Amino acid sequence: MSLTARISAVRGSFSLDVDLDVPSGHVLALLGPNGSGKSTVLGCLAGLITPASAEITVAGRALAGVPPHRRGIGLLSQDALLFPHLSAADNVAFSPRSTGAGRRAARERAFYWLAEVDAVPLAGRRPGQLSGGQAQRVAIARALAAEPDLLLLDEPFAALDVDAAPAIRGLLRRVLKTGPTTLLVTHDPLDALALADHVAVLNDGRIVERGPTREVLSAPRTAFTARIAGLNLVAGTAVAEGLRTASGAVVSGLPADDVVPGEPAVAVFPPNAVAVYPHDGEHRGSPRNTADAVVAALEPHGPVIRLRAEGDGWAHGLTADLTPAAVAELALEPGSAVTLSVKAATVAIHPAAASPGSS
Amino acid sequence: MLAVPATLALALVVLPVVGLLVRSDLTRLPSLVATPSSWHALRLSLLTAALSTVTCVLLGVPLAVVLARARFRGVRLLRSIVLLPLVLPPVVGGLALLYLLGRKGFLGMLITTLTGESVPFTTTAVVIAQTFVAMPFLVVSLEGALRGSGDRYEQVAATLGARPWTVFRRVTLPLLLPALGSGVVLSFARALGEFGATITFAGSLEDVTRTLPLEVYTQAEVDIDSAVALSLLLIVVAVVVIAVARPRSWEGGLR
Repeated sequence: MSLTARISAVRGSFSLDVDLDVPSGHVLALLGPNGSGKSTVLGCLAGLITPASAEITVAGRALAGVPPHRRGIGLLSQDALLFPHLSAADNVAFSPRSTGAGRRAARERAFYWLAEVDAVPLAGRRPGQLSGGQAQRVAIARALAAEPDLLLLDEPFAALDVDAAPAIRGLLRRVLKTGPTTLLVTHDPLDALALADHVAVLNDGRIVERGPTREVLSAPRTAFTARIAGLNLVAGTAVAEGLRTASGAVVSGLPADDVVPGEPAVAVFPPNAVAVYPHDGEHRGSPRNTADAVVAALEPHGPVIRLRAEGDGWAHGLTADLTPAAVAELALEPGSAVTLSVKAATVAIHPAAASPGSS
Repeated sequence: MLAVPATLALALVVLPVVGLLVRSDLTRLPSLVATPSSWHALRLSLLTAALSTVTCVLLGVPLAVVLARARFRGVRLLRSIVLLPLVLPPVVGGLALLYLLGRKGFLGMLITTLTGESVPFTTTAVVIAQTFVAMPFLVVSLEGALRGSGDRYEQVAATLGARPWTVFRRVTLPLLLPALGSGVVLSFARALGEFGATITFAGSLEDVTRTLPLEVYTQAEVDIDSAVALSLLLIVVAVVVIAVARPRSWEGGLR
């Protein structure tokens, strides 16, 4: 049940021209800032907006001119939008009921999906009695109970408070493993990292970059992607104190709530959290999270100089932001041997979607 | 600061009723009210107001949905036109109805030719006049609720595979119930109190078109005590309507 879409739309002075391909069962993240056209893409796919021209094929079925209710495309937005007059269970049973299932069969399906999202105890509650996180759980169950060919996720964590978001993120990771083909729309690179194996970066109505999530986010090829997603990512396996890389080194950090030791994970930190010392320097800061590397490139990046490192260990490909004064003082140039140090408190450990082609 | 004008406003609502109570002779009240003509008027009033409220719901709900959701050109003009009976003096409305449906009105002529019947000065005319003046109350209250909630719930329902009619029945309508409740009470009350359009379009024939307000008006010219007593009866009916069908949305209990 793959998705192939080619969408052209003009709304006022904004024009959108996007093509997307999501293989069956995969999750593609469409990453972009506000106003980049993400919502328009979703509206076109769901059939709520009629674009100037669109070829949308889901599971081999062309969807041009098909009304929203016959597209088999589910939508989960940042607000749960549970029907306020129905209980949680009746909300989940809404789709089965509307598509012809009997009362009892619909109820059974509702409870199956409520169990999938650990929300059975909430079955009898009205949406007004649910917290934001609980409501989003029920909304996920409701969207999945429709058994869509394609699931659209529209910033699904944006309206949740900081405590609820990691749990819902973990839940979505779990259900999407065996779930439908999914398009995740987000402005947060971490959402893409946690849920999507591939990412497409959208800027001003055009896709400027696409590829496996980890590659795109850790080594952006366009300045635009670097600006919204220029993060250092180190892949490995989650361990109690942080993350063990392929070479066996341990990167210490603060694990997110949904990190499971032994599962694939990534350590994420911004370039300005990386301190650079001369190779033989004394100042190593925290003894953990240091690695030897060689300067591969130095590029101006706004007011700072961005250093790209290469080396054998996990420091390979890391970026560090330095002031021009520091670069001069350390006499850095490509080829200089350096020691990189990252304070553990600036490193966030997140579960990673297992992406094909990486260990 | 607000207490003074607020008290004045409340006094303006309450004091006239008190005045009516003071003026009335409570011992004679039962005998004044329990006349055949006032019972006829009361029965006719309740019957016609109920019928016109039903008509308002049957016609007004679809109209409100169309006005709130439609995006075609001129829909804003339509919205203003629907409000016309609200701002038009009822007498003018009655005259307009008379010249549409009367013997010389183009629709009236058609009806007379086809069926041999004529609409004005019948109970049907009373219901039409009341529907004419009461429908905007229902439409405005529904349309406000529809536009306030937007169509996001309907969109979600569609992505869940619900056909448009299912969406209307299972999502739009239930979400509208509080607003529908207050709209129904408002239009029933307005229909119950209708006077101007009724007397011009339907006349004042006992047991056919003379509703309670018309009966009050008739009695006021011959027996003021009787008119006062009937007015009290109307007030009682109005209070009962509000008490029984008090819309929850007025008390902030929406949801």
